[in-house]
Amino acid sequence: MDKKIYLDNAATTPTRPEVVEAMLPYFTEYFGNPSSVYELSNVCKKAIGNSRDIIANSLGADAAEIYFTAGGSESDNWALKATCEAYQGKGNHIITSKIEHHAILHTCEYLEKHGFEVTYVDVDENGVIKLSELEAAIRPTTILISVMFANNEIGTIQPIKEIGEIAKKHNILFHTDAVQAYGQLPINVDEYHIDMLSASGHKLNGPKGIGFLYIRKGLKLGSFVHGGAQERHRRAGTENVPGIVGFGKAVEIAMATMKERTEKEIALRDHLIDRMTKEIPYTRLNGHRTKRLPNNANFSFQFIEGESLLIMLDMKGICGSSGSACTSGSLDPSHVLLAIGLPHEIAHGSLRLTLSEDITEENIDYVVDQVKEIVDRLRSMSPLYEDYVKKQQK
Amino acid sequence: MYSEKVMDHFTNPRNVGEIEDASGVGTVGNAKCGDIMRMYLDIDENGIIRDCKFKTFGCGAAVATSSMATELVMGKTIQEALQVTNKAVMEALDGLPPVKVHCSLLAEEAIHAALWDYAEKHGIKIEGLEKPKSDIHEGEEDGAEEY
Repeated sequence: MDKKIYLDNAATTPTRPEVVEAMLPYFTEYFGNPSSVYELSNVCKKAIGNSRDIIANSLGADAAEIYFTAGGSESDNWALKATCEAYQGKGNHIITSKIEHHAILHTCEYLEKHGFEVTYVDVDENGVIKLSELEAAIRPTTILISVMFANNEIGTIQPIKEIGEIAKKHNILFHTDAVQAYGQLPINVDEYHIDMLSASGHKLNGPKGIGFLYIRKGLKLGSFVHGGAQERHRRAGTENVPGIVGFGKAVEIAMATMKERTEKEIALRDHLIDRMTKEIPYTRLNGHRTKRLPNNANFSFQFIEGESLLIMLDMKGICGSSGSACTSGSLDPSHVLLAIGLPHEIAHGSLRLTLSEDITEENIDYVVDQVKEIVDRLRSMSPLYEDYVKKQQK
Repeated sequence: MYSEKVMDHFTNPRNVGEIEDASGVGTVGNAKCGDIMRMYLDIDENGIIRDCKFKTFGCGAAVATSSMATELVMGKTIQEALQVTNKAVMEALDGLPPVKVHCSLLAEEAIHAALWDYAEKHGIKIEGLEKPKSDIHEGEEDGAEEY
């Protein structure tokens, strides 16, 4: 195997050559500081404006509502902390879900240490948030609901429109972490009643180190990074001009190709899911069967551990990821897999494969064949499998 | 992340399998933390370990430490096998990443558990062998984050 089959596009994506090409002049030729007055800087200012327009259009938003940040985590931190600061006169309660990204969960934990209260709403066995529980959690002091658009591990898409309607009905702000969904699913901030939205460049073939936060006009959110007057006084620091240009280009391409690309990915994803669940015994699909990201497949293989599987796949030229404890740096497996009700030993044996448009059916078939062999091999070494087989024989 | 030796023992593990009517069998670890190790020992009338096999559910390091542990106790006396510590297993593997040190503890415990089982079956007492904890992660939870 000399060519890698990269199936970890939820972790990051390669920057497209067209994107790199669009960025390059802004490192060397148009290097000016956008805040300066001369013509050299004007070119940069215009390029930033152009990217802002592309992104605003993609969401049905105004350009003045898009604020560039260093990435999804900063956007999430900003949305939560600044909302709490600005609206603490109204209340101190936030509602979120149990399966959010750590950029949300750890920010919530931080806010809890600073006097705010957080309700973590449960999800069902497919990872869909329980709307009745969410609405029941609302208090007079609730100032914010933050629920991710689609989950990064199991790919489940949340009922964002319904959540937006609940938030609107109760006059509560609604933030969504759309880092995984943006560029894969059509999003309209007005239709879904979204007040704030986080996104990141490197998840959609743009560069790393650039993201944005959409903030609906009229919100009182304060500045997150203090300093100069950049981003309408709300996010100081000289703009990452090449990053912003690259992000704009990546969004332009992602939006133009979305329908065709995701249709192809869905077909391949379903082929992958069908073969894996049919051909490998004691295998389950994690996440919703249909309401899931076009490129996401997540499996649990009983009796084996995820890290072993990943290393063996890597040796066959396949890049994937797992929710096992050994890949998380702690002894606990993924909080998402536990939240959908998987027992620990099954959560440890998970494999996430996230496709791109470059993946072919031939690639998928090769991957399934390899996974089959490796799972067999690991099971033959597993005391859990030995116990299970002996129990069956009795 | 892993040394060449760890990768070698993970990809070509030695002595995987079961021993029928083994002299001693020990299982340690728990599924909650993602590692379970089972060690089988075949001990002859002179107290020499004639054969040793393992089965492991766990990460690359867990498999590699089990494999190395079987090599280290093979052909040894019971007293020699007791000297195979987690440190010895780690050294033989040219080290482990800090978060994986607990895997080597598991290997040491698996040997002890199998020897304990042997002693119980034969109604003997092995000097220096204490009853192994059935779960090496007990009491470890608090410190786990500090790695």
